[in-house]
Amino acid sequence: MRRLVILGGGTAGTMAANKLHKELPSGEWQITVIDADDNHRYQPGYLFMPFGTYTPDQVTKSRRATLNSSVDLQYGEIDVVRPEEQVVALTDGREFGYDMLIIATGVSPRPDQTDGMTGPEWKKSIHEFYSYEGSTALAEKLKDWEGGRLVVNIVEMPIKCPVAPLEFTFLADSFFKDKGMRDKVEMTYVTPLPGAFTKPIAAEAFGNTLDEKGIAVEPDFMLMEIDNEKKALVSYDEREVPFDLLVTVPLNMGADFVGRSGLGDELNLVPVDKFTQVSTQYDTIFALGDANDIPASKAGSVAHFEIDIFVENFLQHIKGMEMTHRFDGHANCFIETGGGKAMLIDFNYDYEPLPGKYPYAGVGPMALLKESRVNHLGKLAFRWVYWNILMPGRSMPVPPLMSLKGKKTELLDQEEKKEPALSA
Amino acid sequence: MATTTINGKEVVVDDEGFMTEYDQWDKEIGSALATAIGVDMTDDHWKVIDFLREDFKVKGETPTIRRVSTAGGVDTKTLFQLFPKKPAKKMSYIAGLPKPHGCV
Repeated sequence: MRRLVILGGGTAGTMAANKLHKELPSGEWQITVIDADDNHRYQPGYLFMPFGTYTPDQVTKSRRATLNSSVDLQYGEIDVVRPEEQVVALTDGREFGYDMLIIATGVSPRPDQTDGMTGPEWKKSIHEFYSYEGSTALAEKLKDWEGGRLVVNIVEMPIKCPVAPLEFTFLADSFFKDKGMRDKVEMTYVTPLPGAFTKPIAAEAFGNTLDEKGIAVEPDFMLMEIDNEKKALVSYDEREVPFDLLVTVPLNMGADFVGRSGLGDELNLVPVDKFTQVSTQYDTIFALGDANDIPASKAGSVAHFEIDIFVENFLQHIKGMEMTHRFDGHANCFIETGGGKAMLIDFNYDYEPLPGKYPYAGVGPMALLKESRVNHLGKLAFRWVYWNILMPGRSMPVPPLMSLKGKKTELLDQEEKKEPALSA
Repeated sequence: MATTTINGKEVVVDDEGFMTEYDQWDKEIGSALATAIGVDMTDDHWKVIDFLREDFKVKGETPTIRRVSTAGGVDTKTLFQLFPKKPAKKMSYIAGLPKPHGCV
């Protein structure tokens, strides 16, 4: 009996386990998933919880119930992986040997990594929505917040769901409007990137959205520390942004055991081949979803498309064959723009988000890079799709690799014709 | 994409003037790009640029400020002294690499 051990029973780990269970002969392979607890969270829901759109129970299901019953699930904290011995050791002393290992432990917000973030103001005027606890606490805070300076901040890239902070900003704008208190809130979006939007065609589509909503942008802001006394963000180039309520996205890091095991980079992300997700160090280890270092968005949709391709490759790999399938970095995400509308973007390693229709060229029904009600409904419906189609490993009626059909690629040519400006 | 002439050489750049072809870059071009944005290159600057070039070759993307400080050994505070105000953008510009990217 060969042993496949999957570390992490979240989005990527669950999809991998359920899909491979169907492909691997049960008499030949035993699949074990290891995770700390039984709470599988629907993480996209964290964006909506602060505004009361989703209740905590709507974003949680049992990991055991989400995994196929013949997949073994063990609860425990991972201490270390010893890749030379092909062993995973848990903090309680148990050890699991493996023939193949999948690391799918994702990334987590790490407020402890920024000076002053977990100081006296933490959970008082400093909040985050990238964890279940954080999102729940922020919902409480927003219920009776009376207004003032709201600052939304990204500490550093890469983060999970890179558009979520923008969506949060748009949804907050709508939320305060609906409560009749938008005039009492001054909003600033503080980002380490050169702007809120960095891809030219998407930037154009969003146009003056932020301006129109009266949201100020503070770009190129590398956060050095949070001054709790002054209640201000302080950057390395000594800019200060004061806040009454800070909603920050802390540094996102992979699991500490990845670092301890010598398998990670400076953020505990596992370096892998970007087309096959096999570790660059050990051919007995793959890393899927947010846990790896591929230059794609850290998002459930990437994990979903990636795992479709991964399964094909994995089946070749364990037979000693060359892996012939290549993941293209395909992602698509709904972007909430507030007021019951959303945009949809679809992109990969090589193509930035373009306008058009998805998934069927000319038909849609969803419009790419365009605000619509249908897109918003799509985003809400996605929770059902997540639990009932993606997690069980059923097929989605959309191809895993990105298609240019239905996309306005001529915009790329126009962009190329623009005169260069030698400045930085 | 468009082409422009830097230091007598024709190179491909994007609409913000960032070079897009890794192999078209050389140190003279790097110096010219630095001059264009008012950065006076010293050995400390070149140490950063060399790290960026090497790391990009291996990883296929421009290293972040954190990566330059942990893997490249030049801390963030120093990077802000060497490339004032916008180190991420300025160092990738001089190194002839794409600027750090977001998603939209």
